[in-house]
Amino acid sequence: MHKLLSKDTGSQVLLLGNEAIARGAIEAGVRIASTYPGTPSSEISNNLFQVSQESDLYFQFSTNEKVALEVAAAAANSGVRSLAIMKHVGVNVAADALMTLAYVGVKGGLVIISADDPYMFSSQNEQDNRYYGKLSGLPILEPSSVAEAKEMIIEAFNISEALKEPVIFRTTTRINHSTGIVELKDITPPVLKGDFVKDPFNYVTVPAVSRKLHVKLLENIKKAESLSDNSPYNRISGSGSFGIVTNGVSFGYVSDALNDLDIKDKIKVFRVGFSHPMPREKILSFLKDLEKVLIVEEGEPYMEETIKAFAQEAGLTLSIRGKAENLFSRLYEFDPGTVRKVIADYFDIPYSPPETVDLSDIPEIPARPPNLCAGCSHRATFYEVKKAAEGTDTVCPTDIGCYTLGFLPPLSMGDFLICMGSSVGSGCGFSAVTDKKVISFIGDSTFFHAGIPGLINAVFNNHNLTLVILDNGTTAMTGHQPNPGVDMAALQFGGFGKVSIEQMVKACGVQHVEIIEPYKVKKSISAIKEALDFEGVSVVISREACALFAKGFKKKPSRAFHVSGKCKNHKDCINELACPAFFIDGEEVKIDPVQCTGCAVCAQVCPENAILPVKEA
Amino acid sequence: MKPIRLVIVAVGGQGNLLASSVLGEAALLAGVEVKMSEIHGMAQRGGVVESAIVFGDAKSTIISNGEADVLLGFEPSETLRALGKCNGNTVVITNLSPLPPFTVAIGRGVYPDIENVQGLIRSKVSRLVAFDAQALAKEAGNVLAVNMVLLGALIQAGIVPVSADHVRTAIKTRTKQEFLESNQKAFELGFAAAGQAL
Ligand code: SF4
Repeated sequence: MHKLLSKDTGSQVLLLGNEAIARGAIEAGVRIASTYPGTPSSEISNNLFQVSQESDLYFQFSTNEKVALEVAAAAANSGVRSLAIMKHVGVNVAADALMTLAYVGVKGGLVIISADDPYMFSSQNEQDNRYYGKLSGLPILEPSSVAEAKEMIIEAFNISEALKEPVIFRTTTRINHSTGIVELKDITPPVLKGDFVKDPFNYVTVPAVSRKLHVKLLENIKKAESLSDNSPYNRISGSGSFGIVTNGVSFGYVSDALNDLDIKDKIKVFRVGFSHPMPREKILSFLKDLEKVLIVEEGEPYMEETIKAFAQEAGLTLSIRGKAENLFSRLYEFDPGTVRKVIADYFDIPYSPPETVDLSDIPEIPARPPNLCAGCSHRATFYEVKKAAEGTDTVCPTDIGCYTLGFLPPLSMGDFLICMGSSVGSGCGFSAVTDKKVISFIGDSTFFHAGIPGLINAVFNNHNLTLVILDNGTTAMTGHQPNPGVDMAALQFGGFGKVSIEQMVKACGVQHVEIIEPYKVKKSISAIKEALDFEGVSVVISREACALFAKGFKKKPSRAFHVSGKCKNHKDCINELACPAFFIDGEEVKIDPVQCTGCAVCAQVCPENAILPVKEA
Repeated sequence: MKPIRLVIVAVGGQGNLLASSVLGEAALLAGVEVKMSEIHGMAQRGGVVESAIVFGDAKSTIISNGEADVLLGFEPSETLRALGKCNGNTVVITNLSPLPPFTVAIGRGVYPDIENVQGLIRSKVSRLVAFDAQALAKEAGNVLAVNMVLLGALIQAGIVPVSADHVRTAIKTRTKQEFLESNQKAFELGFAAAGQAL
């Protein structure tokens, strides 16, 4: 049995934040969950996918976050509890659905998980999705710990049903990827069968209907404000004439700081867990007797702006500060030491910071950037495209996935990236205004997610670009989730369809399509050349399984290669491919047989044919 | 209980997430409050993996610069890179077997001298326990058991509030059957080695 289905009520278990969130949803009786994977949210989905194999939960990996939310919205309006899971930037993709879903509302509880990523550990920006609460009008709940996350998501479903609106459950990486002790509670069996009752004058958002629905949404925001005012998640602790308002993981840093500084009796703390709408009345009564207040929140001054506005309306003139040059930054994530220091500075508390070690005489340590795996098929494709395009002035917009790492030297393939699917759309723009040859790179999963409209645009508007689709049969970067191009039957999962990338590409009107096997270097280079020579839109589908994913299925490891005595030390292998299986031993180039996957790409690159398979013992 | 803060640094693939989960499980068995956080976005792609484990009464799950009580390094240059987490009272335990990053192979960096690394660390912190954990892992019959060797050394150093027996039990519940024996052996070898390396 999956550990998240444990019936061991009352037992204490150690769970990753994302496991705790998944367990909370299960305890709440979630019937359906949909997602597009994205760090730091992915483990919620991976766990629920596994759970769905052995329970009544229906789970799907959707093509993108917008579709995921639409799926969940329909299920919730058929009366069952639904969950849509995405990373913060995924909410941008889903935003079109989100904004009007707020007008329509729900019947069964619908919770939307937005996993924000301050510091951008694995994201292209660190946007603060609390503003989606303001923008859409929907309630937002934010846990401060792993244990609280599990309890709070259950409450999120309850609030959603009480208000008949979706609820946004906002986490940050340090909740998703922290581990803590969690107490298991009973699992509520989900309502299995939904039913949709026709009511077009409340569901079909033509202007006349939406004008009515907007009134309803504003009424719901009012109700939500009173829920927020009375919510146990918005709570005050401590006493004193100074105040701190804080949320999320910052609450932990504040609590530890007050202990360390020994000022628990001097400072009152307001922990905000229900952050949209902000609890106006509770905040005002909190501010009333205070001399000065510090707002401790990562990201944007979301609470700070709101609280200042509340104070202004009530005619309060105490000092309320948060984001400022000598206080907190809008950049990156917080840490306990920074929070402690700012609290001490702001409230004039005597404090000596811990003495760190002197690092001035530490030699420079070589960087350890992440690298494509040994044997990764993307490396071969990038090398081949580079060779095929030699002498051509190119611009290479890239996209989001493991292959983004191809922008690093020595491959250096990747010139522009803003979001999922932008390789194709931006490629159209580059081709329109520059004389350069545009070569766009996109992975299979990202192609399905957001690449197809860009490709159709390229064909319709007659752009001159080559799109290289790196089809490795999985969503590798986020932990090998399936996508519509994956043969699920081959992975022993029944009940799935399959979409062919080449048929898709042809149906988009692309006239020149090449399919290559990237481990065959010469053949691939000449096929890519043909595609590059084609005037108009051409597509190269580079098809080879993700090496890391494939490892898990191989019965017997492939034969590794080694560098033989024929090596003349050109180091083309290392300098042009940079496969991490290579290392230098003294002056000699060597291959680590444990890392080598036997892809033989380097053997085809070596001008001396010095790289040979290891003889079987 | 006053918080004890442990930072573990490793290279992706060295198994530090398993090491942290064993420690977490051991703390649960010992009835010690524990919180951990890890950054493992690109771990499988050879980057640096850092975990923070906080035992005792604290709410934070991350550890600021200068605030680690123990730094456990799975790779010597990574131990050195993480030295900013330490203060004068920190105990540092490190594997000495290097895994040079790929940037060194392509001439974009120089790997630091190991002797020098040890001297530097020793001069800045309260205690350094340094030994070749990879050799002991091999001796235990599994090169990949470096994590268990280092866990042994960590427990022997006696700073984190879990006993060797709790860890032994946690190793049993958290590791795959096929690696159990070598993992247990690796743990004991690390435990003994750290006793001698003081
Ligand atoms: S996980 Fe797969 S796609 Fe990603 S770098 Fe490794 S081999 Fe390449």
